[in-house]
Amino acid sequence: MIKNILLAAAMATPLMMAQPAAADGDHRARAIAVIKKDFQPRGQAGLDRLAEDGLQAVCNRTGNKPPDYIAKQMQADQLAGVKYPADGKLMGDWKEGEKIAQSGRGFTWTDNPGLPVGGNCYNCHRIAPNETSFGTVGPSLYQFGKIRGNTPDMQKYAYSKIWNAKAFNLCSEMPRFGHAGALNEQQIKHLVALLLDPESPVNK
Amino acid sequence: MKQNLIGALCALAVMGGAFAQAPKKPSAKPVAKAAAAPAAEVKDAATLEFEKFRAEMEDSNPAELFEAKGQEQWNSRRGPKNVSLAESCALGQGVGKVEGAYVKMPRYFADADAVMDAERRIVWCMVEKQGFKFDDIASKPFANETFTPDITNLVTYVAGHSRNMKIAVPLNDPKVRDAYEVGKEIAAYRAGPYDFSCNTCHGADGKRIRMQNLPNLSTPKGAMSGVQGWPGYRMTGGVMLTHQWRMGDCFRQQRFPQPKYASDAVAYLLTYMIGNANGQVYKGPGIKR
Ligand code: HEC
Ligand code: HEC
Repeated sequence: MIKNILLAAAMATPLMMAQPAAADGDHRARAIAVIKKDFQPRGQAGLDRLAEDGLQAVCNRTGNKPPDYIAKQMQADQLAGVKYPADGKLMGDWKEGEKIAQSGRGFTWTDNPGLPVGGNCYNCHRIAPNETSFGTVGPSLYQFGKIRGNTPDMQKYAYSKIWNAKAFNLCSEMPRFGHAGALNEQQIKHLVALLLDPESPVNK
Repeated sequence: MKQNLIGALCALAVMGGAFAQAPKKPSAKPVAKAAAAPAAEVKDAATLEFEKFRAEMEDSNPAELFEAKGQEQWNSRRGPKNVSLAESCALGQGVGKVEGAYVKMPRYFADADAVMDAERRIVWCMVEKQGFKFDDIASKPFANETFTPDITNLVTYVAGHSRNMKIAVPLNDPKVRDAYEVGKEIAAYRAGPYDFSCNTCHGADGKRIRMQNLPNLSTPKGAMSGVQGWPGYRMTGGVMLTHQWRMGDCFRQQRFPQPKYASDAVAYLLTYMIGNANGQVYKGPGIKR
């Protein structure tokens, strides 16, 4: 109860709540003002992208380390927004998943907004062993299914994590692909298969 | 001779260049071992090729061509007011003095009442002293395959006169310190469809996007690798590009809209980054992949 009231107060005025030091907040407020005045829209990247949503605001104001009770409540909210396929099937075709994981296209001012958006997965993760050009911003996902299994619960976790990484780790560096409208249900199913299907090279 | 090298560079650019955007297939041979040991020093074929090439290029850096052009432009009477920068533009070391100026910017300039990086300052001089229109300069601020703006030559010229000098951003000036602190917050600001900030990609040591190493801009060493070699001759497309361009292209990858040219936002970000590199030796305009 008390927690809920505190949380509501925090949401309403994150500036009051989570700010460590006045000096910090002051520079942050000025940084936001400078950002608001010093950008121009280009291509599909409009100025609306400069505004923080609630989650971004909390992460920005807490150095990505929100108090536990705020993180738990907000993660639950993020999870509640995940949309699961109507047919209940969470695994698609790993070969399609590999293609989506490879593509880094999408959402920049030079991207054609008409084209499908890629998953960017290899930008940050090691995944299939034959792709040696992979990033290290995120952990290796090689042998993900082999190590973690592919039970219905695991499938649900992988699907939800890709849909909204922040449902499990509020200030994760990983984008919220489903939430952001970058990847659709079908594409996320293919990625789940890439990570969990025993036939996928990830688990060979 | 130099022209030939540039031709070769352009040809190599086709092989070498890659954005986080465009996934590239490394050729299979040299990286076969990498799969077993994904260590930070694993290098793909294009990187190795590039490093070999950069070593060969050491004596005839293509940036020098742009420096020479910039020198000529710095010394000529130009613009509606027919004044030269050499006789009118102060970069913090006195009117016309370029020696050591680049490594001591960004700094605060009282006449403009602003903290300015080198590029922003030269633009200011071109507008205030020579009478060029800011909007004309800002409408085509960066080089492409067929065009190099004067400002790029001028910045490269000025940067060349800080070769082998230590970075010394005057962070003890309260106005510069303030710009640094605001820049630090800009680097941490997450927004946009992917919730990215500069720190998403440049906030920790030893990270990569695909095979491209991401300097940790909060450390002296990481910040220096964000400064070293800029302005740089980029093999991708064979063009000379500035620090302002690099900031813009990273905001693009961040899925942000475009920062305005020569704005406070970019100057403050550069103050933060270059300030973090204070004390380290700048080797002059270079070559970039
Ligand atoms: C910008 C970087 C980035 C991108 C792009 C990215 N991830 Fe991640 N990912 C991370 C980070 C960092 C973590 C670890 C922190 C966390 O769990 O939130 C992570 C964690 C994960 C996990 C959880 C691992 C575990 O042990 O539970 C999965 C699964 C995952 N990512 C899949 C994907 C897939 C599939 C894609 C592409 C659609 C993708 N990621 C794109 C950065 C990224
Ligand atoms: C989505 C990932 C991403 C984000 C966000 C990002 N960058 Fe980068 N940055 C890169 C990549 C990839 C490179 C290219 C490295 C290379 O060329 O080897 C790079 C290169 C750089 C370099 C040049 C490093 C060198 O070796 O010359 C600087 C400086 C830099 N970034 C600063 C920034 C700043 C400041 C921001 C925030 C405005 C930012 N980056 C945001 C991915 C990113």
